[in-house]
Amino acid sequence: MFKLEARAEASRAMRYASPAIAVALMVVVGMLVFSALGKDPVEGFRVFFLNPVRDLNAITELLLKATPLMLIAVGLAVGFRANVWNIGAEGQFLMGAVAATGVALAFQSSESRLILPAMVVAGAIGGALWAALPALLKTKFNANEILTSLMLVYIAQLTVSWLVFGPWKDPAGFNFPQTEMFSDAALLPILIEGTRLNFAFVIALGVLVVGYVFMQRSFAGFKMRVAGESEAAARYAGFSAVGMIWVGLLAGGAAAGIAGMAEVAGPAGQLTDKLSIGYGFAAIIVAFVGRLNPIGIFFASLLMALLYIGGEQAQQYLSLPSSISKVFQGMLLFFLLGSDVFIQYRLRRTAKAT
Amino acid sequence: MDTIVTSMLFATIVAGTPLIITALGELVTERSGVLNLGAEGIMAVGAIAAFAVAHDSHSTWAGVAAGMAAGAAMSLIFAVVTLTLMANQVASGLALSIFGVGLSAFIGKPYESGTMLAVPSVRIPVLADIPVIGPAVFDQQSLVYLSWALFAGVFWFLYRSRAGLVLRAVGESPTSAHSIGYPVIRIRYLATIFGGAMAGVGGAFLSVFYTPLWVEGMVAGRGWIALALVVFATWRPVRVLVGAYLFGGVMITQLFLQGSGAQIDIPSQFLSSLPYWATIIVLVIISRNVQTIRLNSPVSLGQPYRPD
Repeated sequence: MFKLEARAEASRAMRYASPAIAVALMVVVGMLVFSALGKDPVEGFRVFFLNPVRDLNAITELLLKATPLMLIAVGLAVGFRANVWNIGAEGQFLMGAVAATGVALAFQSSESRLILPAMVVAGAIGGALWAALPALLKTKFNANEILTSLMLVYIAQLTVSWLVFGPWKDPAGFNFPQTEMFSDAALLPILIEGTRLNFAFVIALGVLVVGYVFMQRSFAGFKMRVAGESEAAARYAGFSAVGMIWVGLLAGGAAAGIAGMAEVAGPAGQLTDKLSIGYGFAAIIVAFVGRLNPIGIFFASLLMALLYIGGEQAQQYLSLPSSISKVFQGMLLFFLLGSDVFIQYRLRRTAKAT
Repeated sequence: MDTIVTSMLFATIVAGTPLIITALGELVTERSGVLNLGAEGIMAVGAIAAFAVAHDSHSTWAGVAAGMAAGAAMSLIFAVVTLTLMANQVASGLALSIFGVGLSAFIGKPYESGTMLAVPSVRIPVLADIPVIGPAVFDQQSLVYLSWALFAGVFWFLYRSRAGLVLRAVGESPTSAHSIGYPVIRIRYLATIFGGAMAGVGGAFLSVFYTPLWVEGMVAGRGWIALALVVFATWRPVRVLVGAYLFGGVMITQLFLQGSGAQIDIPSQFLSSLPYWATIIVLVIISRNVQTIRLNSPVSLGQPYRPD
């Protein structure tokens, strides 16, 4: 028999090894799943995990998908570190997209170079406002931010649906629930000719750097980390819990809003009722797998993007539903949370089986 | 007029039922000190498991059993990760929800166009003849009556049985419960699995009794609303019952408004968002009083425990 025994000191090595163990377990279980579904596991592995990185074009698609994930996850990490559980990033993403679309549609005929920056700002404000509501309800009325931010996801989805079926519907769009295509001035410039990778990737890298400086190098970031690790210590030191809730939620909301802007002004080119494929929820996994650290989040977002594209590939080549990517994503987080136990504990053989 | 009142009352009870079943299960879990935020994912997996089995076997009850088993299995994953491996309960619950919603979509793909006959209602003689209320309350599907039995059972268990007392003690102070000799982890395992099984039945009610069909995303936040209900109920079963019907009422009112059509000029999406707004408002009203929440919530809720 084995027994968990507390380590004298948390293992640094395990802290970084744990995500790798989780990924390895996911790949192994994934191949078992492929076999169970009657597919050749080696072929499954190739299609799911290797196809998304097979050439330059595939890699740019990977970076394109990773962009919203890293943006949202770095914003969420700011809050998660202080135990502020914003899980409504999906809604903040959509409201950022709505705000940016509002700007784009208002200036459809203009060719000003200021439209794009205005859309980024609008997206950030839209997302931040949607996150401000749970922050207000938490700080003023003690309402659980997990539940309120989540309820606002459904409300955001319905709001988008109303806009694209109603006032913003493209009159020349054959009644499809979508807005007009944005003018060129409202579309993000492409980074590499012939691919879809756009300037949002650069913005995301910038936000990662800002996130790194804030979380690892600033006093405010330090205070939030302390609050996350010991609420009592933070209270004793006089750090304002209310301030942290606001910063945590607004950072997550603004970053998710920018990601929403990048989606409508990037690959989508318009607002539709199918804008998000669950980026806001996947980003929660990215934040954890990335250890709430911007560098980790960068790599975790690539991994999660790989799972998204792997799912699409599996649909195309293995005729499996693309939702298999969400199964893999959920599995990954479970394995990570499970193997994290070995940061604080180690296995010890007990003398006699009982 | 009577017929409208009757049919709205009838529909309210139906809409409240999956919430009652799921929230009562979660209530027992939380009373033991475990916060399982995975209800949404468990309901989704319970719904598809129940639909798939009921559809293929033509047996309603085999479907319900499958939903229950699937829910129990899902919560067992959660229990292993949080109780044995002591992972963060909030993060693990979120993981369970994300995983469950994805898994249900994956399994459910072949069943998307599947149809099933509606489960007939069971008329209770004499009582069903009471004017207005009778047909609404006593001519329901069997699982609705069972949800009342579940309520009575949970109430009796928590407040009248020794086991319930032990469960509450574990939730209030795992350390004391452990020192008197109660197996804290085992009790939490059982409470978590019970909660998962009930969320699975809640999902089964949606896909087999309520609709009956399977669509991806059909749980539509009901798992989260059930979690909010437990807070709203300040961890007391009677208030879960009241709250669930209140929510059922909000859901049905907006559906009736949408159905009534032309007279009102409100976009359907705004009406559809009413239950979610209602959840937020109710949470605000109940949480505003910090004292009430602190007095009533299980003291060890969400905190890992490791007997030394």
